[in-house]
Amino acid sequence: MQIPASFDYVRASTVDDALELLARHGPESRVIAGGHSLLPMMKLRLARPEWLIDINDLFELDFILLDGDRLRVGALTRHTALLESTEVARLFSIISDAEAVIADPVVRNRGTIGGSLCQADPAEDLSTVCDVLRAVAVVRGPGGERLVDMNDFHRGPYETAVAPDELLCEVRFPVRPRSGSAYEKVERRVGDWAVAAAGAAISLAEDGSVEAAAIGLTALGLDGTVAEAEAVLLGRQPSEELFVEAGRLAAIACDPVADQRGQIDYKRHLADELTRRVLRQACARAAQTQEG
Amino acid sequence: MTVIHERDSNPAAGDADRPVGYGRIQRKEDPRFVRGKGHYIDDLVLPGMLHGAILRAPVAHARLVSIDTTNALAHPKVLAVITGKDLEGLKLAWAPTLSADVQAVLVTDKVRFQGQEVAFVVAEDRYAARDALELIDVEYDVLPPLVDARKALDADAPVIRDEIPGRTDNKIFDWEIGNAAETEALFASADVVVRQEMVYPRVHPAPMETCGAVADFDAVNGKLTLYETTQAPHAHRTLFAIVAGIPEHKIRIVSPDIGGGFGNKVGIYPGYILAVVGSIVTGRPVKWVEDRSENLMSTSFARDYIMEGEIAATKDGKILALRTNVLADHGAFNATAQPTKTPAGFFSIFTGSYDLQAAYCKVTGVYTNKAPGGVAYACSFRVTEAVYLVERMVDILARKLDMDPAELRLKNFIKPEQFPYANKTGWVYDSGNYEAAMRKSMELAGYEDLRREQVEKRAKGELMGIGISFFTEVVGAGPRKHFDIVGLGMADGAELRVHPTGKAVVRISVQSQGQGHETTFAQIVAEELGIPPENIDVVHGDTDQTPFGLGTYGSRSTPVSGGAVALVARKVREKAKLIAAAMLETRPEDLEWEKGRWFVKGDPTAGKTIEDIAMAAHGTMTLPEGIDGNLDAEVTYDPPNLTFPFGAYICVVDIDPGTGHVKVRRFIAVDDCGTRINPMIIEGQVHGGLTDGVGMALMEIIEFDADGNNLGGSFMDYLIPTAMEVPDWETGFTVTPSPHHPIGAKGIGESATVGSPPAIVNAVVDALAPYGVVHMDMPCTPARVWEAMQGRPRPPI
Repeated sequence: MQIPASFDYVRASTVDDALELLARHGPESRVIAGGHSLLPMMKLRLARPEWLIDINDLFELDFILLDGDRLRVGALTRHTALLESTEVARLFSIISDAEAVIADPVVRNRGTIGGSLCQADPAEDLSTVCDVLRAVAVVRGPGGERLVDMNDFHRGPYETAVAPDELLCEVRFPVRPRSGSAYEKVERRVGDWAVAAAGAAISLAEDGSVEAAAIGLTALGLDGTVAEAEAVLLGRQPSEELFVEAGRLAAIACDPVADQRGQIDYKRHLADELTRRVLRQACARAAQTQEG
Repeated sequence: MTVIHERDSNPAAGDADRPVGYGRIQRKEDPRFVRGKGHYIDDLVLPGMLHGAILRAPVAHARLVSIDTTNALAHPKVLAVITGKDLEGLKLAWAPTLSADVQAVLVTDKVRFQGQEVAFVVAEDRYAARDALELIDVEYDVLPPLVDARKALDADAPVIRDEIPGRTDNKIFDWEIGNAAETEALFASADVVVRQEMVYPRVHPAPMETCGAVADFDAVNGKLTLYETTQAPHAHRTLFAIVAGIPEHKIRIVSPDIGGGFGNKVGIYPGYILAVVGSIVTGRPVKWVEDRSENLMSTSFARDYIMEGEIAATKDGKILALRTNVLADHGAFNATAQPTKTPAGFFSIFTGSYDLQAAYCKVTGVYTNKAPGGVAYACSFRVTEAVYLVERMVDILARKLDMDPAELRLKNFIKPEQFPYANKTGWVYDSGNYEAAMRKSMELAGYEDLRREQVEKRAKGELMGIGISFFTEVVGAGPRKHFDIVGLGMADGAELRVHPTGKAVVRISVQSQGQGHETTFAQIVAEELGIPPENIDVVHGDTDQTPFGLGTYGSRSTPVSGGAVALVARKVREKAKLIAAAMLETRPEDLEWEKGRWFVKGDPTAGKTIEDIAMAAHGTMTLPEGIDGNLDAEVTYDPPNLTFPFGAYICVVDIDPGTGHVKVRRFIAVDDCGTRINPMIIEGQVHGGLTDGVGMALMEIIEFDADGNNLGGSFMDYLIPTAMEVPDWETGFTVTPSPHHPIGAKGIGESATVGSPPAIVNAVVDALAPYGVVHMDMPCTPARVWEAMQGRPRPPI
């Protein structure tokens, strides 16, 4: 048994209560939801919080709600709930694609979207998904609620815009017409961190040309989305040549590091290969909604 | 899943699904395990028990400058902190390994691998023990590490074992076998010679349960009771007597339920010894259970062979000779746990299943700054490496000759009439019918159809591969005159008692780690005596309750203890015959046996069942002269030879050309383990071994960085396969009994681990043939497969 350093533990009953506890216990406290990243880090003594504030009783943060032209997802929504949601599957295939390859059922039953985003592991899938879907984070703190674009949310590996006395409460996904999205990951084994992954979201104009495009890469050393590759798609009719060009640009834009999962050249190749695949899929799905 | 079901006909059973004796019955131990009622080392709680934790070295190679334990001892819950200096006073700082070397229990002079044991804390609870590790202040003088085995013999390589007087290099041994001159002559004149270097990477057994112990030393009567995760309780008792100087009759080793071993739990680790020292020092029981990282970083690894193979053949595909030169990385201490008198274990069976004219093998063992071990890991003492070498080489030859790999194998197999077959490196294979197993496997696979499908797929740019592996295992060590562990011969005892009501208890020396001993050994007695398996209790894992024997590893339980149990049951049966004759007032030679009863020849109604006889044996009747008033017996079985299970495996893979991701689509495993006792247990063993093979072939490796840091120290980094990576196994069998074994059984425990990795790698290489790939090393991860497709396959180390 791996044993963490000693810590204190308290369960929050409401968001207000959680914020009050965060204020009281200061920066050495950590919020725990699913705990599948934080607990292993504590057991390896890579993380040593003095207080764990458990938010698993904050049922007010566990929801998936279509609200006009946006899908609102509570931060405590479990991966399994996202994976099983027909609403999510209908609107954002990329979320279903990604959730199906996040870890394993045991982790998905417990892990949350908020936990994934706040952990901000560079190989974390939902960060890319939220980037690609141009999601907005709803963050609450002592000063009230603020909205944070994904561009501002990520501050590098394991760092986000959520301050130590704040809590991520909700993620909002804008719903666009004639849209399709997709995610694909290469892993050495199911449940391993990604060697690399890519996600794309495409909105088509009525004439079938690309109206909006977003391409994101996971575990490839890229902040935000691949603007260069997105730009070549805009206003053009989807085609294999276009996907090839976008893939080429994605491979150039990324900045992977060599590790046990692969060397740099392989990872760049995956940026190219996976970008092409997800674009192909996202465009096909967008065209399908158009027909439907 | 395609499973070939069989029902052994068994008239005594009445119900084909519930045979008395051999056949498919559910495991007796399963109700305990599936209800969470197993009793593992960490379930054990003794009154007053303390907890130990080990401080481990953060670097791979460093001079130990000083250890300050003051702050740790000041922790209110800490009772003792033991260092190498303390052990030196007790002459326990170094312990003998199972390979005639010594290993540091705690570092006294120098750290030799990352994760090595530096100090031991004993505290009131495990949390305090763990916390106190951070209060020990150690100063290290870091030295350059030796990580690459290929550089171990360089003149400027750091000398790892400089504590050994006179040692100036890192060579452990040079060892050779076979006939170099005859082999060279055949190579010189052969039509075709192919050569390939291949690496079998360092992997880890990674049992679900890590290693641990609870030591309870009773200072009043001087008795040590040591509960530990051991596959070999009796061997450990003798070794503890030698190492710790405690008289052997004052040592009791208890091995409770074990959550997987795979060879990881054969050796004696420093933690076990430290728990004992902790108990002696504090006068209270001490529990030590390592965590996952400790298990992966410090306990016995497996493999780590860099092998150069060469094969010589005629142009029409007759294999003439095989030659190999191996560099073996044994880590910082030579602690290989194996019973042969050769330093490479059973590797010399690398001639495989083929009728060769000559063979030659040379192995050089070296020290590096890595964890020691090289223990079995379901490898039959290096048969895994041997089979991998020959099965890859045969495939490479097939490619060179443009022959179908199945055809090449069929052409070169040892023929049934050649058994017993003496190979060119000193082994005598007991029995085999290789062609039958190969053809059965091809039939189950639909081999010709698969090849046709492959042609169609290739035309479309899809990557499909078909890989074959045919292995001959060598298990059941072994004859006392040839095999020993630190001088202990490898015969196994068995004791059988039939109680007055005809229920029985059989006591055995081997210890199950999941093999189903409580069922299999009951079935052997049931087959011999006709007592239903559920009426036979199997006792194991406690040296105070069981006869002497060397333990479970190298697939030896059924070949050795299985033989012992069959013979002890037959001894009881013969005694029962004498008693039955007295009961029936006839001569013993007039009696005939059918399962469960002796009866008068020609008069089946006049008979006595084992139950009748057992009651009579313990009753008041006058027994024949020389017959004791019981129905008990004991034997020690010294096997006359090893047994040689074999199998034909076919693997089908699909590879994503864009990502290099390998999907094992099908796997057909035809095994021949001789007589089959419980087909369901056999299938379970095969399924486990095949899964293990997928792990090694596709993902498992313990890597080190240039500083000697272990990069595989958690299950985040050291990947083991899940249900998602494996196909539905398709199993089949042939039966070629061992001619010398009492029941013809050969052992099955490691066959699938031995046989499956080359089948998978052969399939991957076959799939990559359009890219000109002739060989790639394990693990076949997506990145490494892609590199092979780019024409630059890379050895993993």
